[in-house]
Amino acid sequence: MASSVFLLDLKGKPLIARDYRGDIPLAAIDRFMPLLQEREDEEGTGLPVLTENGVTYLHLREKDVYLVALTRKNASAMTLLQFLHHLCKVLTEYFNALEEESIRDNFVIIYELLDEMMDYGVPQITEPKILQEYITQESHILEIMPRPPLAVTNAVSWRSEGIVYRKNEVFLDVVESINMLVSPTGAVLSSDIRGAIKMKVYLSGMPELRLGLNDKVMFESTGRTAKGKAVEMEDIRFHQCVRLSKFESDRTISFIPPDGEFELMTYRLNAQLKPLILCESVVESHRGRIEYMVKAKAQFKQRSTASGVEITVPVPSDADSPKFKTTVGSVKYVPERQAFVWKMKQFQGGKEALLRAHFGLPSIRDDDPERRPPIAVKFEIPYFTTSGIQVRYLKIVEKSGYQALPWVRYITKNGDYQLRMPDPSTSATSRLPPI
Amino acid sequence: MMNEVIQTSLARLQIMKAKALAALRKGENYELRTELNSEYKERRKEAVRRVIANMTVGKDVSGLFTDVLKNMHTDDLEIKKLIYLYLINYAKTQPDLVILAINTFVKDAEDSNPLLRALAIRTMGCLHVQEVLDYLCDPLRKCLADANPYVRKTAVMCVAKVYDLNRAVAEENGFVDAVRGALADSNAMVVANSVSALSEMSAMAGGRGDVWRLDTATVGTLLTAVNECAEWGQIAILEALAEYRPASEREAEGVCERVLARLQHANGSVVLTTVRLLLRYEQYVKRADLLAQFAKKMVPPLITLLASEPEIQYVALRNINLIPQRHPQLLSKEIRAFFCKYNDPIYVKYEKVDVLVRICSGSNVDALLNELKEYAKEVDVDFVRCAVQAIGRLTLRHEAAADKAVDVLVELLQLRADHVVQIAAVVLTRILRRYPRSQFAATVVQALCEHADCIREPDARAALVWALGEYSEHVAGAAGRLSGVADGLVEDDSGVQLALLGAVVKFFLKNPQQGQQLVVRVLKTATEKCANPDVRDRAYIYWRLLSADPAAAKTIALSERPPCRDDVPALPEPLLAELIAELGCVSSVLQKPARQFVYARTDRAGVPRGVAGANDCDDDDDDASAHPAAPGAAAIAADGEPELLIAL
Repeated sequence: MASSVFLLDLKGKPLIARDYRGDIPLAAIDRFMPLLQEREDEEGTGLPVLTENGVTYLHLREKDVYLVALTRKNASAMTLLQFLHHLCKVLTEYFNALEEESIRDNFVIIYELLDEMMDYGVPQITEPKILQEYITQESHILEIMPRPPLAVTNAVSWRSEGIVYRKNEVFLDVVESINMLVSPTGAVLSSDIRGAIKMKVYLSGMPELRLGLNDKVMFESTGRTAKGKAVEMEDIRFHQCVRLSKFESDRTISFIPPDGEFELMTYRLNAQLKPLILCESVVESHRGRIEYMVKAKAQFKQRSTASGVEITVPVPSDADSPKFKTTVGSVKYVPERQAFVWKMKQFQGGKEALLRAHFGLPSIRDDDPERRPPIAVKFEIPYFTTSGIQVRYLKIVEKSGYQALPWVRYITKNGDYQLRMPDPSTSATSRLPPI
Repeated sequence: MMNEVIQTSLARLQIMKAKALAALRKGENYELRTELNSEYKERRKEAVRRVIANMTVGKDVSGLFTDVLKNMHTDDLEIKKLIYLYLINYAKTQPDLVILAINTFVKDAEDSNPLLRALAIRTMGCLHVQEVLDYLCDPLRKCLADANPYVRKTAVMCVAKVYDLNRAVAEENGFVDAVRGALADSNAMVVANSVSALSEMSAMAGGRGDVWRLDTATVGTLLTAVNECAEWGQIAILEALAEYRPASEREAEGVCERVLARLQHANGSVVLTTVRLLLRYEQYVKRADLLAQFAKKMVPPLITLLASEPEIQYVALRNINLIPQRHPQLLSKEIRAFFCKYNDPIYVKYEKVDVLVRICSGSNVDALLNELKEYAKEVDVDFVRCAVQAIGRLTLRHEAAADKAVDVLVELLQLRADHVVQIAAVVLTRILRRYPRSQFAATVVQALCEHADCIREPDARAALVWALGEYSEHVAGAAGRLSGVADGLVEDDSGVQLALLGAVVKFFLKNPQQGQQLVVRVLKTATEKCANPDVRDRAYIYWRLLSADPAAAKTIALSERPPCRDDVPALPEPLLAELIAELGCVSSVLQKPARQFVYARTDRAGVPRGVAGANDCDDDDDDASAHPAAPGAAAIAADGEPELLIAL
């Protein structure tokens, strides 16, 4: 487990140093930065796990701050890195942004948090909502000092009792992100759907919730036949409030939710998908100029419309004097990203759009191979899920017997959506008509 | 004139400023001392804050010990916490003065507010001072029996701290027994912390189970507690369960079935620890259908870990890397999940490629080759090498891939990008060594000759020379090319020199007429002018062999050689078992046994054993783990040395 935890600035100087076990001298942190840089020089990578002289340094970087955990045992690297990520989340929740300045301004409370979140190097509680109940920015006089909320040690460590809302409401957002990697010829190399059910809970008391989905495994096990389509989710992961053993035995999702916003579950579907938005591109490179033709196709049902479509096409770093022509939307050259961005406010299913671009190139160029980043696509399609997942019901039971309204929204958007570019053709005869 | 005056006064001003600054620095602790003793509460509070701020950046504020301590008796929680923090850092340096603080601690430990009771107990345990122990025992005993679970969970942890400081005190006072008793606590978090504390103490005692040994009844309690406690507690309990040796097969099955649900947890460490447990229990569970079911359930959560933050992905990938060495087929369908994203950090890309080669099965090797070809066109030179190397490894493993792989590599040669050509040449000849009688030998040798002008690095040139000698019948003008290399023989790299010796001898044996002059010239130069003794020796051997018995020379030099083997590094079984048993830990990330980087402590301050320790750690590195980030690196070196000893 961790011997100590540090927050460092970009130069490796400690902003916060918390020693939990006293078995590593605090000066050991001075070796972190040189070690990281040494490895960066050797292997071009800053590995998250580094060892020297019996001390293991585990780190991650958030903006201009390094979060580092030190241990001299064969501790669980996964646990410590997960803890650092949780620490990051808690501090962001407290100070809106985790950066050098906010740490310097709030070092007192950060020490309090570190004291509460970890004891003897073992993570204790990392739930920001609960921590905020008894570790606050205002200072306290002992008599009215806060007491540890029951939730800290309760089986329900994520919700406190006695929450009251005048109007009891629950909002459910089903968000599916499409990850896609497409070859230059348009063949799908890998694709999956990462879904998340996000909730905003404004409910009084300690409500019991039960969520019903059109889950294929559940339908099969109960022998029910689904009216519509049933979805087979490949890997479901739940927020810690969900009773996992209950789900394992009969696939019911039952839980007492935290208050406010949280992510109830994520799931993955490894379906072979057709790209929802496909970009076919032709690139021609000639002496002194390079030309692009990009055809975007919306390959989803006509009654859906994608909004906020943004197609980023990379160009050589030394390209200049851009000229564009499109059938839909607007195009802008963004030299600092070495790309042009094609924006369409609306893109209806089944439609196609065409873009032509022309850039000048210096006549003398070095022969080094160019970086070849992929085309990236951003989009959102509301009222639509690719997997066909549906919320069948959300039952809310609280002992006071109030009625609460669940609201459900569906949305599909891009995840890591990359389309690889074809090699530029350099044939003398141009296949592309001039702009 | 005027200027001069201004200049001197400016200079004087600067000197004054510097002096003032120096005085300020020297006097900062002095000033803080005054402030700490101020009659105004706010000023004292601000001073305590500044002391802690200075402590954090590494300035020595230990001189203010007594002044800080004076402020300890306060009703301001913030000040109290800050002073406790100060004590944790400096108690060790002034153990005799710590006694001054004891009163406040003991009083706090009896406060009506559980937060304060826990804070006092927690901090006292962190002081690492023997003198405190005597005063700690009474409050600790009370806190272990406290009505509030928050205090109890802090108290059981404190027992581990006491045990670390002085085992006798912890045992004689019955604290260790109290923690064992706390395993049956009604509160899951107390149970989880007791498990952590017992595991810690057990490890300190040498891990022989004197402190703690799980039994069937306790396992039952833990399995219930795991459903009720927060994520970190679950990890502690799962880790302990993974260490457990079930009494019967039925019990092992039961434990596995009851922890399976943990695979669905959002915390990656809960998932990975569950996988560790399942893999360890494979030796206890005998039913094949259950084993298959457990293994299948592990796959999707492992894949989902790849959607986490890059650091988590890295740790996940290093661990996933071990799994195919135990279950070769388990992940082979998931190959696409490991394809590299353009914006993955480079260390994630290396790991992905390494895993890809391991899990690829004959059926999806084509898809992977296409993917690796894309990587080989990227800009990062080291990653390109790694990708081309992977093509080679894949081909050595799967004969069916050979034709396609050769096509891909020849296509890469045609790009004529310098770094790609070098490594592609080496990999192509390796493929020939694996499949020597193959139909594509001609294609390969011709392609190599076509791009011979780009082949520049010693490894790559040695590979080309070897191919020319071995397959001279497939290229026109092999003699001319060999002769060209022979011209620069003396200055050449020894790898190329050795390759050339073998090549000209083979060429001569196949074409005695054409090769005679060349072989004599090369052997003469090598024996007379080359500085490297290996090269000279090898040349003498060939010479004597050729002159003594040409027929014998032919059977030796042109004999069929054993094909070169698959070079994907595999960990030896005992190490693999050890690393799988520690899945998720630093050892399995580094793929080194823990004893290589965890040293026994020499004293309380925990100064590492130092340079000597670090050195012997490096010495017994085995190849597989030497370069965790660049799986290709070690094998490139191995490639470079042409296997001429075998060629004899």
